[in-house]
Amino acid sequence: MPSRNAVDPRRLVGVHAERITHISSTDYPGHYPDEDNSWNLEKFQENLQLKVQRLSQRSIEFDLVGVDASIANAFRRILMAEVPTVAIEHVYVWDNTSVIQDEVLAHRIGLVPFNIDPALVDMRDAVSQATDRNTIVFKLQVLCERNKNVPKGSKNPAELFINHEVLSSHLVWEPAGEQAVVFAANPPAPTNPNIVLAKLRPGQAVDMELHAVKGVGKDHAKFSAVATASYRLLPHINIKKPIPPELAEKFQNCFVPGVINVDPYTKEVTVDEHNVRKDTVTREVLRHPEFSDMVELSRIRDHFLFNIESEGAYAPERLLPEAIQIMRDKLATLKKAAEALLHSDDAPAEEDVQMAD
Amino acid sequence: MKGSEPDLSAATYQIYDESHTIGNALRWMLMKNPKVEFCGYSAPHPSENTIQVRIQMYDNLSSLTALIDALSALDTLCETVDEAYKTSLKEDAYERWVERS
Repeated sequence: MPSRNAVDPRRLVGVHAERITHISSTDYPGHYPDEDNSWNLEKFQENLQLKVQRLSQRSIEFDLVGVDASIANAFRRILMAEVPTVAIEHVYVWDNTSVIQDEVLAHRIGLVPFNIDPALVDMRDAVSQATDRNTIVFKLQVLCERNKNVPKGSKNPAELFINHEVLSSHLVWEPAGEQAVVFAANPPAPTNPNIVLAKLRPGQAVDMELHAVKGVGKDHAKFSAVATASYRLLPHINIKKPIPPELAEKFQNCFVPGVINVDPYTKEVTVDEHNVRKDTVTREVLRHPEFSDMVELSRIRDHFLFNIESEGAYAPERLLPEAIQIMRDKLATLKKAAEALLHSDDAPAEEDVQMAD
Repeated sequence: MKGSEPDLSAATYQIYDESHTIGNALRWMLMKNPKVEFCGYSAPHPSENTIQVRIQMYDNLSSLTALIDALSALDTLCETVDEAYKTSLKEDAYERWVERS
């Protein structure tokens, strides 16, 4: 029984028991005789499908169909490494008598995600001064004390002591210059107030000044705008021959629940076209010799199931447009450089041509 | 770089501060051009932040023009994806849910 919506076999990456086949795309000019596979914008616009599947306040899932892996991968790489966010970069320690060393505590503080919109902050380079446009200052002042009114016999540190933990909610924003106005609607603060940064005991204190700057994930992972950004290919299951009714249940159990439907009366086996995306392609079915000539597993090469989780400044639905904009900025810079090269000298020198950005 | 033809029908371009992100996408778009005989890229060393793109053309055409065309085509591609995304986000019916931390 052929699958109901048959997929062009050229789009499939074959998944076999011990190997995968047809991994690379073949839609290049000259690959197939008498076929034009050159870049065609109209054809691309026609084939492109982009559909949001799920959206929550911290993650988004969408399908991107009809683009090459190199494009999907470029977006994924930009999301992780090049979408800027604001994180704490400079830590000035006035006092730290906790058991956590200064540098370890500074590192932990650097990893705290903030709700600061990166569009409101300028990038600061290594040599420039801190200004109210490129730096946001926080104070962290926590002193642990004994609690005078402890319930008798209590062993709970939360009752015995005041401030026995340094939490991300202890970070206090210090507005500088015009920041009080710019950030009035959304005062800078950690997105999660319950991150434990250090533990204290009575008499121990932490007193620090923290400077947050804008940066990108390729510099340090703390600047990464996403918690994860990943894609996988849509699984495709082709049932070549009807599955015998007595084996229907065994066949169904080889897949993730919901992927295979078995008709309760006729025991006819079908692939659930909506739930097939849930399949993890475990190849369990290929371990059973009785199914060997009945089923073909594959993935669709140009059907990407994206999953992006945001942890911080950007709403999840804002992330992809930001990544695309960064990609387009990069392309514009390159194009400008290439055009300058084209007009600079029509006869290239024997030596390398050097271009500044 | 060295190894280029005087008419730029074959040339290697070194791009600073770029990586596989641009390299692979650009290589794919150049290979979609039927006038390109060969296109490949490499990141010569992981600690040097550069890539090198090699382009060889048929019919002694200019590889630099092909490069510029590929950059423009990639830009329209990005624009198309961006528009499709915004349309889907605005118009499609999709599941909204609340994710607890």
